[in-house]
Amino acid sequence: MTTLQPPIFPRMPRGRRDQRRYTERPRSDGLLGRAVLQSFVKLDPRLTVRNPVMFVVWCGTLVTLAATVEPRLFELSPEAPGRGFNALLSLILLATLLFANFAEALAEGRGKAQADALRRTQASTQARRLLPDGSEALVDSSALRRGDQVRVSQGEMIPADGEVVDGVAAVDESAITGESAPVLKEAGSDVASSVTGGTRVVSDMLLIRITADPGKGFIDRMIALVEGAERTKTPNEIALTVLLAVLTQVFLIAVATLPPVAAYINSPTPVVVLVALLVALIPTTIGGLLSAIGIAGMDRVAQFNVIATSGRAVEACGDITTLVLDKTGTITLGNRLAEEFLPVGGHSERELATTAHAASWFDGTPEGKSIVRLAEKLDAVTALQMDTATGLEFSARTRMSAQLLPELLGVQEFSARTRMSGTDLADGNELRKGAVDAIKGFVRSRGGTVPDDLDEAYERVSRLGGTPLAVCWNAEIQGVIYLKDIIKPGMRERFDQLRRMGIRSVMLTGDNAITAGVIAREAGVDDFIAEATPEDKIAVIQAEQRLGRLVAMTGDGTNDAPALAQANVGVAMNSGTQAAKEAANMVDLDSDPTKLIDIVTIGKQLLITRGALTTFSIANDVAKYFAILPALFGQAGLAPLNLMGLASPQSAILSAMVFNALIIPALVPLALKGVAFRPATADELLRRNLLLYGLGGLVVPFIGIKLIDLAVSALRLV
Amino acid sequence: MSFLREGFKALRLTVVLWLLTLVLYTLPLLAVGQGLFPAMANGSLLRNAGGQVLGSTLIGQPFSSDRYFWSRPSAVDYSTGKTAPTSAPSNLGPTNPELVKRIEATASTYAKAGIEKPAADLLYASGSGLDPHISPEAARQQIPRLVAARSLPSAKLEQLILRHTQGRVLGFIGEPRVNLLALNHELDLRAP
Amino acid sequence: MTDWFQVVVFVALIWATAPVLGRHLHQVFDDQPQPLFDPWLIPVENGVLRFIGERGRPAEQAWDYLRPLLLSNLLFGLVALAFLLFQPPWLNPQGLPAVRWDTALHTAISFLTNTDQQHYTPEQSLSDLSQLGALQFLFFTSAATGLAVGFAFIRGLCGRPLGNFNTDLIRAITRVLIPLSFVFALVLLVNGAPMTLAGPITLKTLEGADQILVRGPVAGFEAIKQLGENGGGFFGANSAHPFENPNPFTNLLAMVAMFAIPAATIDAFGRFLGNRRQATLLLLLVTVLFLALAALAISSEQGGNPLLAAWLSGPNLEGKEVRFGAGLTALFATITTGSMTGAVNGAMDSLMPLGGLVPLFNLFLQVIFGGQGTGVAYLLVFLILTVFLTGLMVGRTPELFGRKVEKGEIVWSSLILLIHPLFVLVPAAITLSYAPTLSGISNPGSHGISQVVYEYASAAANNGSGFEGLGDGTLWWNLSTIVSLLGGRYLPIVALLLLAAAFARKPKVPPGPGTLATDTGLFTVVTGVVILILGALTFFPVLALGPIAEAFSLVNAR
Repeated sequence: MTTLQPPIFPRMPRGRRDQRRYTERPRSDGLLGRAVLQSFVKLDPRLTVRNPVMFVVWCGTLVTLAATVEPRLFELSPEAPGRGFNALLSLILLATLLFANFAEALAEGRGKAQADALRRTQASTQARRLLPDGSEALVDSSALRRGDQVRVSQGEMIPADGEVVDGVAAVDESAITGESAPVLKEAGSDVASSVTGGTRVVSDMLLIRITADPGKGFIDRMIALVEGAERTKTPNEIALTVLLAVLTQVFLIAVATLPPVAAYINSPTPVVVLVALLVALIPTTIGGLLSAIGIAGMDRVAQFNVIATSGRAVEACGDITTLVLDKTGTITLGNRLAEEFLPVGGHSERELATTAHAASWFDGTPEGKSIVRLAEKLDAVTALQMDTATGLEFSARTRMSAQLLPELLGVQEFSARTRMSGTDLADGNELRKGAVDAIKGFVRSRGGTVPDDLDEAYERVSRLGGTPLAVCWNAEIQGVIYLKDIIKPGMRERFDQLRRMGIRSVMLTGDNAITAGVIAREAGVDDFIAEATPEDKIAVIQAEQRLGRLVAMTGDGTNDAPALAQANVGVAMNSGTQAAKEAANMVDLDSDPTKLIDIVTIGKQLLITRGALTTFSIANDVAKYFAILPALFGQAGLAPLNLMGLASPQSAILSAMVFNALIIPALVPLALKGVAFRPATADELLRRNLLLYGLGGLVVPFIGIKLIDLAVSALRLV
Repeated sequence: MSFLREGFKALRLTVVLWLLTLVLYTLPLLAVGQGLFPAMANGSLLRNAGGQVLGSTLIGQPFSSDRYFWSRPSAVDYSTGKTAPTSAPSNLGPTNPELVKRIEATASTYAKAGIEKPAADLLYASGSGLDPHISPEAARQQIPRLVAARSLPSAKLEQLILRHTQGRVLGFIGEPRVNLLALNHELDLRAP
Repeated sequence: MTDWFQVVVFVALIWATAPVLGRHLHQVFDDQPQPLFDPWLIPVENGVLRFIGERGRPAEQAWDYLRPLLLSNLLFGLVALAFLLFQPPWLNPQGLPAVRWDTALHTAISFLTNTDQQHYTPEQSLSDLSQLGALQFLFFTSAATGLAVGFAFIRGLCGRPLGNFNTDLIRAITRVLIPLSFVFALVLLVNGAPMTLAGPITLKTLEGADQILVRGPVAGFEAIKQLGENGGGFFGANSAHPFENPNPFTNLLAMVAMFAIPAATIDAFGRFLGNRRQATLLLLLVTVLFLALAALAISSEQGGNPLLAAWLSGPNLEGKEVRFGAGLTALFATITTGSMTGAVNGAMDSLMPLGGLVPLFNLFLQVIFGGQGTGVAYLLVFLILTVFLTGLMVGRTPELFGRKVEKGEIVWSSLILLIHPLFVLVPAAITLSYAPTLSGISNPGSHGISQVVYEYASAAANNGSGFEGLGDGTLWWNLSTIVSLLGGRYLPIVALLLLAAAFARKPKVPPGPGTLATDTGLFTVVTGVVILILGALTFFPVLALGPIAEAFSLVNAR
């Protein structure tokens, strides 16, 4: 019934973001060993053939191996390279293949380790299924279907993804989030009612309705993703593969047509040397590292504790031009705190504080609590009979407003949702606090008047970037509470970076336009939508997309799901509802909305790495030509092209090939970690990366091949 | 069906364009040429007093007798002889031994005629095989030979060469050159 | 010194004409009013369109543009082939017989593809009717086809529908090719190019030899030959022949004519795109590449032939006319191969090794101003490839002119990259494998490789010039180059239009600071490097074994 071991999640990035970024997952033992083993397994031609570049190397290796066994297989001329040379060449080619396989295996291995850990949580459990007659039956978790109801008690594993129908319980979700503190789950609440299979109930009992068939649950998807089982090439990867394949064909033509041309001027072209030339020219560096770069990109996203549903989504991050962000929790600290009471209409501060205190008595939100605290600090404790009063849920945050019960309040229809809460006293007095216009409406509906100085107070708070909450006692507005918003440190710098990268940020907030404007200015976002409703979110995204922009957004509620699906990159918070997670193409296990910014960076880094290594690989060809051609056609008078002064034709060819092989493992760390990315404009990035990888790609092989040649001739290998 | 229709459309297009290029283009040009510039339009012919065509001032002729300024080597012998009309260079590559042999042979001919280091254009074959020109230097080198053959003073020959020398267009386009047919024709007129 | 000054003046003329002519091209292909032409050309054009039953609906898909293109090109070719195969007695003053079938086929296809390789001696083979009705006709239609493709491609890249082929073709002829050629022909006529239907003259030279002077409607033929980047000569010696190219002034005009339309097409592209800076930078790029190649060609010809130092000094004048000298011949060779014209005013075969490398290199790259219409298209294909390779390095999936460069674009672009070596190197290798029987090589050693490779490169690039010592009038040469001619012309055209049509359908992405700007100096330099690396790396081995090996052999001889 219970699993024997607590689930182990291999990495638990915690703490502050800037520290967390460098949290390396503990490398599980045997990862390297497994990768080495896999590099040999991947020599299977059925696997190699998927990568056209490396398949050519594979075929070339066969040819040189055959020529090692019987050097006269392809040529009869006595000058043909001997067995020793052929053997060396075969070894180098084999090494090239293995290095490329190793890079891929290493990248895959890291994902596999993660998947294995997840899979341990998947150990088949027994579940108590509720039968229609109300009795329970023990069934295997794999037998559960969508719509079944199960009962899970303390210490038991939740058998599959589902929704809490009844009960309240603490659930340990560390298996997927890495967060050890248990989470409260209860029925009816939008966010807190969704549970994930593989997590454990640590207290009480839950009745759960299953929402996913076996094998289709959240953890199953995560496993498939990190393991690469569903890894399909991204569009950009496909395009690049096409280009590399065509380049390979082009060089194949160039090399295959060489022998008759050379034969015309009686210059021999040993087949093994042609193989070497071909392998040197085709873009083996990027060809060998391409899939590793893609896997590593997914992996880097995972290191940020984000699960991407596809490589495509990660790639799309690089293209994002607009970020749609919620103000609260993303740009500002989640909790606004009451800062000041601003009485209006001749009421005293104390009077206002007392009413606010009462109106907030039942408000469990941090804002409500802070109002109570501030009022208590002013000694404005209510003398009212709170135990007979009725609480009305607070709804300053737009998305909560859905839970308001207008019929209970008996207010007339508002066009917007009633953004207020309060307390109905047993004596029939109605105490309300909420958005200023909402309270105005409430007061008017009760036949009251709006004090002249209300707008003044409202504006004063708004101009300070705070949220004004009006407070009324029945039809009488007593004043405004100044709720102070605190912008997270470092946001301005981040938005500046984004702007330099060409990304526009749009802040969504339920605040009024003045408050939103002040916060937007302070935080440095480019645009804001004030008094936004959930529907506005999708409208903003669609408007941006109509302009051809690619939009990323975060969300957690069920009402965010359409917007998450509409956005090009939708990141759902793991704390969010099942619907939100289904609609998004990434899930943030830490439920940290600011992470979107990091994900964009990773997407860009992935693309840059791919471009940089491609450029490097192609630029390398120039030096390789100057190493191999003079060696091959020395007799035809091309010896002067030996610019590097390589010792002998054979050593020149071997050196070029050794360089060609060694550059792959040398670049593996770069491929896995991604090139360093500093936010900058496209032009700055291009200049820097071209200098580094373009010019570097031209120059490095000249130096590398010369050094290897010195070593080869010093060791008298040929 | 639609393929046939498109084919028929393309056919009509072909016919109309064929006519257009002739009617709108070639016919007016022929009319202008024959009407306004008959001399040029008919090949810039050089005639003697009797109206007999001696050649075209634009087309070179072979000159190898002592009485004339010699012309450049031609791969097609200036389209003379009974062969069909033609124009072509030698097409000998720079490293072709045949080229070396031919240059050597031509050089020795000039050496026999007393010109030790002839101007390069006298040894190199022309591009058309019909080059009507030689360089002024090449002409001047031949003066001593012609002083003897034509009993004209060298100053006079120098003057004739100068008269038939065309400079660079606008002073920088192309090369200075001597029209050989015109020059030799004038020799015939002045000192028959 | 004057050689270099001529280069400067030539480039200045091209830069001066490009905006003027570019504006004209933009008006023509953007269907804008042209008060100077409209009153008398609109009736003609509308009459033609009505006659052929064309309503001028723009193509919705690439094949709507390609189908009439391919069909009409097939018919153009058949008409020309018929004239050559039957060569009737009309306008046939020499009474020339029918052209051999394989030569006729090769000639028809060669002129149809805007290539104009000539495996025959025109003076001895073609009547005036064939010259006018077959070849001059194809001069116009092949150039117009090229322009139509070029502008359809430009429209696609700028996100517009491709247009209507028949309308483009007709307007290219009536508004661009005929007016410009007419003016140029008049200048040629005044300078001595014949314009007559009279037959040849047989005359006695001053020394008494029989000389046959072939005349013909040369001025008109010559003008469209250069302007349409066709290049097929009325005479065997092509532009070296004094009737085709009487003096240095006509030579200068011919050079300008060869580059004028390709340069103007680049300018017109900028106008279509609404970004003239982009076009100016591209023009600057190809100009710089051109200048580098011209400098190499001119200096190597000026250096002279060290093997002949015992007998002469100075520049290499073998196969060159006195009126042009080494400088103008080398410059002309660079221009004619850069622009895919293929006219020659001297023997390409007799150029010094590096002087010969330059034309060969031009044929490999195909973009140093490039062919009629197709030049700018290839240039833009390189731009696409550059954007794809380097665009990733700014951390976005690559985009060009506000549209994403994805798999489709890369497939078609890289196909174009693949076609060229395929149709150059493979047949060259086959021919060299059976060199004694097939090749007809006339110059020994490495030069022979250059001759064979050049012939196929010229065919596949639709240039038409040749290392003409090659004995290419054989069945093998005729048939094997036909493959390269057709493959090098129509496969890229299909790929280009499919690319353009797909590109135009993509959603437009607005530019921002994160967008890789392609109209910057840096990006232009990168494009240049990509052109050199992708375009030339493939051909580096044959360049090394051909001209470079020959050049080293000369160094050793010295």
